Amino acid sequence: MNTTWSRFNVTSIVLGFAFLYLPIVLLIVFSFNESKLVTVWGGFSTKWYVSLFHNQGLMDATWVTARVGVISATFATVLGTLAALTLTRYTRFRGRLLFSGMVFAPLVMPEVITGLSLLLLFVAIGLDRGFLTVTLAHITLTMCFVAVVVQSRLVSFDRSLEEAAMDLGATPVKTFFQITLPVIMPAIVSGWMLAFTLSLDDLVIASFTSGPGATTLPMKIYSQVRLGVTPEINAACTILIAVVAVGVIIASVANKRREVQRQLDERAAQRG
Amino acid sequence: MKSLGSIRRDFAPWNDPNAKPYIQFDNVTKKFGDFTAVNNLSLTIFEREFFALLGASGCGKSTLLRMLAGFEEPTAGRILLDGQDLRGIPPYRRPVNMMFQSYALFPHMTVENNIAFGLKQDGMPKPEIASRVAEMLKLVKLEQFAKRKPHQLSGGQRQRVALARSVAKRPKVLLLDEPLGALDKKLREETQFELMDLQQNLGLTFVVVTHDQEEAMTMADRIAIIDKGEVMQVATPAEVYEAPTSRFVAHFVGNVNMFEGKVAEQTANTTRIAGSSGAQIVVDNAAKTAAGADIVFAIRPEKIKISSKKPADAVNALEGEVYDIAYLGDMTVFHVRLDDGQMVRASTMNAARITEDPLSWNDRAWVSFRPDAGVVLTR
Repeated sequence: MNTTWSRFNVTSIVLGFAFLYLPIVLLIVFSFNESKLVTVWGGFSTKWYVSLFHNQGLMDATWVTARVGVISATFATVLGTLAALTLTRYTRFRGRLLFSGMVFAPLVMPEVITGLSLLLLFVAIGLDRGFLTVTLAHITLTMCFVAVVVQSRLVSFDRSLEEAAMDLGATPVKTFFQITLPVIMPAIVSGWMLAFTLSLDDLVIASFTSGPGATTLPMKIYSQVRLGVTPEINAACTILIAVVAVGVIIASVANKRREVQRQLDERAAQRG
Repeated sequence: MKSLGSIRRDFAPWNDPNAKPYIQFDNVTKKFGDFTAVNNLSLTIFEREFFALLGASGCGKSTLLRMLAGFEEPTAGRILLDGQDLRGIPPYRRPVNMMFQSYALFPHMTVENNIAFGLKQDGMPKPEIASRVAEMLKLVKLEQFAKRKPHQLSGGQRQRVALARSVAKRPKVLLLDEPLGALDKKLREETQFELMDLQQNLGLTFVVVTHDQEEAMTMADRIAIIDKGEVMQVATPAEVYEAPTSRFVAHFVGNVNMFEGKVAEQTANTTRIAGSSGAQIVVDNAAKTAAGADIVFAIRPEKIKISSKKPADAVNALEGEVYDIAYLGDMTVFHVRLDDGQMVRASTMNAARITEDPLSWNDRAWVSFRPDAGVVLTR
């Protein structure tokens, strides 16, 4: 591998990362701005964070978002896992291709269309728009992502583990809960996290399907920005970024450590 | 009566017409779509027998094992275990346990919990489980590894955990799918004897699937040789080697020379076979065969003598030239090209360090054998 730092390499890395992170860095920096003017630096301050916690509207929206995220991610994980199990286990049922196509279609479906069609459905069946409809819409949106994540784990799952469990006297149900589920649990957890994150930052579908009293954080931020960006919003976004970043870092560090530990164990075992 | 090789132990229920079969395959057929994995196969296995299913990969031997375990149902025919028809009984209600080729150890459980898994399913009281697990760990000499996870074990240790887990429930029958396939040669040889001891001590019926003929010969009381979903021969290792009933079996187990020809003349017990080039041999064969019929005499390399001069008293002696010599230490294998073009393989034990009658490449040589040194095959 070439490890020398040529001028070209350094330039492209700096440009690349600047392209990705400069807007976010600006946002974070200005969340600590003393001045009320977003684009003028007036000194360091954390007052916007304090006022953020006194902004009832934002706090309500955060609470709604968290509840929608947890509930929809949980249901989506259950449904997505079941879909993944069906798709990997029953490879020869009638209409399998149609089923898999339909499960994965929302992955590429424009959100506007998903949102609009859900809105039409809710209106048609007379369901009042609010907390329930946003949650349902998010389940629809995120289920297929969970299915993809869990399915990729199930493809490499050694079926003889289940056969061994049944051979030792475990019924299919016990086998599923004692063997299959624990083994694929890491994939299910990352599926849940993905679903939660998707629900957390969705604006389009939420705008279509939400109603009074169920404004999510992205909707709230968006509507406030239209009235003018305040440093308070910057603070809210910074906290959001911090939450997501911490989650991602914890997940990947845990993963990495488990992998390293596993390799060490295996090497130790080989030596006897 | 002449005996075929040594008998491992005084155990031969298959020769007793009153012995009750323990496992019975009755005209079992298994199809996967258009592919016939097992074709109208019948087989009997006795209690406490160490039975091997030997065959090349894809011959249907693993399917037989999986049908016994309950992972596959026969398309036709039935399987009886101790007189009970197994049809429709799911794997978790069958009194058989299986040791998987991949070991299939539960990766999220410790060694201890892996072994206890089956016992817990039966609702065995905790103190009993603990003592049984301890007993099993002792049996496979893994006491100090009880708290480890499978990925913290070496291949040989994993194999022993899998074994302990599958015998923990004291099944009536233990099924072993290529139990030693993933081990290196030295470990494999040691483990073969451990498995035999275990089977003797626990008094279990073992059915083992293997593609390794040496493994089957070493461990099994009887071997079934399977080809294309059919049984070619079921016999003791000595019978399979010394008295194969078909060309396939003769070729599959060990090395063999085939003398092909037509029946020239038959007396009460012997047959004179004429090869295509005119060379004739006389062999023991009491079976009546029409003159002129195609016939094969199969003989193992170590039953053929090789010498530089024509042996005076030999019934069958054929002349040729030494084509190749392979010195293996304990024995030497000669490849002799007979004057009619046929290659013959003859092996000699190197019992003495110095040979009196040394043969070299391209030397003229005689191969000779007794009329009863091989078998006559018609199929």
